[in-house]
Amino acid sequence: MAKIATRESYGAALAQYGEDKSIIVLDADLSKSTKTDTFRKVYPERHFNMGIAEGNMMSVAAGLATTGKVVFASTFAIFASERACEQIRNSLCYPKLNVKIGATHAGLTVGEDGASHQCIEDLAVMRALPNMVVLSPCDDIETKAAIKAAIDHQGPVYIRLGRLGVEAVHSAENFNFQIGKGITVLDGTDVTLVATGLMVQESLRAAELLKAEGISARVIDIHTVKPIDTDLLVKAAKETGAIVTAEEHNIIGGMGSACCEALSQNYPCIVKMVGVEDKFGTSGKPAELLKMYGLTAENIVVKAKEAIAAKR
Amino acid sequence: MNKLKLLDLKKKATQIRKHIIDEVFSASSGHPGGSLSCTDILTVLYFDEMNVKTNDPKWADRDRFVLSKGHCAPALYAALAIKGFFPEKDLVTFRHIDSYLEGHPNMNHVPGVDMSTGSLGQGISAAVGMALAGKIDNKDYRVYSILGDGELQEGQVWEAMMSGAHYKLDNLTAFVDHNGLQIDGKITDVMNPEPVADKFRAFGWNVIIVSNGHDVKQIKNAIERAKTVKGKPTMVVCETIKGKGVSFMENQYSWHGTAPSKEQRDQAFKELDAYLDGLEVEVNG
Repeated sequence: MAKIATRESYGAALAQYGEDKSIIVLDADLSKSTKTDTFRKVYPERHFNMGIAEGNMMSVAAGLATTGKVVFASTFAIFASERACEQIRNSLCYPKLNVKIGATHAGLTVGEDGASHQCIEDLAVMRALPNMVVLSPCDDIETKAAIKAAIDHQGPVYIRLGRLGVEAVHSAENFNFQIGKGITVLDGTDVTLVATGLMVQESLRAAELLKAEGISARVIDIHTVKPIDTDLLVKAAKETGAIVTAEEHNIIGGMGSACCEALSQNYPCIVKMVGVEDKFGTSGKPAELLKMYGLTAENIVVKAKEAIAAKR
Repeated sequence: MNKLKLLDLKKKATQIRKHIIDEVFSASSGHPGGSLSCTDILTVLYFDEMNVKTNDPKWADRDRFVLSKGHCAPALYAALAIKGFFPEKDLVTFRHIDSYLEGHPNMNHVPGVDMSTGSLGQGISAAVGMALAGKIDNKDYRVYSILGDGELQEGQVWEAMMSGAHYKLDNLTAFVDHNGLQIDGKITDVMNPEPVADKFRAFGWNVIIVSNGHDVKQIKNAIERAKTVKGKPTMVVCETIKGKGVSFMENQYSWHGTAPSKEQRDQAFKELDAYLDGLEVEVNG
């Protein structure tokens, strides 16, 4: 099956749901990369290039939203979540305006552009903002569903998207996306692999490797980093007793941290974390980077065994 | 503008100034200097220009206002209260723990506030967004905004200038409250943004200079002229006096963010009441 980058799915979803005249799309000179140009081809009158000025773009989006528009503001994750962070906080989150941030090129798999463009802090930064919903879908179907859910949600939403083509995890039949509800993609009893974004695919691979060694791993897709699905995590902790989180993000403050916050207060359980170990990325091919930084099925297997060994 | 209207506006402005002093006094904090300097602009906007409905603050076709220099909330709250959006008696709850009148304007708590502001540079961008929405929807409403001159040091202001001109937002009129002072001193000493009018022109805006930003007739004329300009937004540079109307606050940057004592409050009221009495004499002959 063809691999599709979630940024492609984003552009396609905007075009698909863009019939609604209240939808406005803003971009910061990256429309060919963020794929908002897919929307522009169909609805050029509702696509506005704001130039290389991300802070202004977020506050302009806020102004548009005060008039009832559903605004998508797009740029790379690094420039959305960090350069324009304070605009997102004060212009969007504080007044709870209906702006959706389509943040593409998240994580190390940006690849050759290197560390300056590899955003590994956005989940931490965005989930710390009151009123913000943080989505991090893993494949084509889930991304399109996330965009639809973001449109239906009243208030700001951050949607983390990738540049790298990824395999399908979900199938269209019976797919149910609800903000705040994780999806168990594989059942298991010995350990739970909790993943977001393209680490869901790696976790499924890890589960296969573990199965070959006689270990039964559950895999949960956390497409909503905020609000985190505490019930599903507690259930997994109770039933499997060991958890490994996996994300293409700094291990500080991201999805793994969100899981630990939820578990430590409700059902403390050993949690091992797979993520970028608090360092910057570098230039390279996406697969090379994932390997170099330990964002692989093989590393998840190692951590799963550690977690199982540490069970009480 | 006839004489009666002129006197009414002067009266309204003085009432706003009294409220500003009382708000900041009762909160023991806040920003009197810049609030007093932008009072006359707000007076003209809310009492002689903007099409708003106090019984329907979110009316879709209303004219919009964004206080980009959000710390001058005391002036905006006073104008909105006198206009009838909420009771004037609530003004003295400004900045109190259980009040909806927070230190900086919150659009979700204060009737009549069109955008939450406080972080400098962001309000003018939001005003650009509102004006862009008006163009997209072919609406006739106009969008107004007031910036501080210290605020012009924020890079985002110039991003907003670029985008307002790029999208030819002639439904947008902004004002610079050009009082020349900011918290740390003169704007030209802290970080010189001059020549501001030339910069706005260079960014593609129509620029109108109001040589006395406390003369409501001049302000009104500038607004009328801005409406006739097609294809570009207008920046009205208003030459103002920080602390205007209260003698000991005028041109003193130390009054940027300082609350008056009881004696100072009473002294300010005495001066403003004396001015009001003079206006009454003018009206009643």
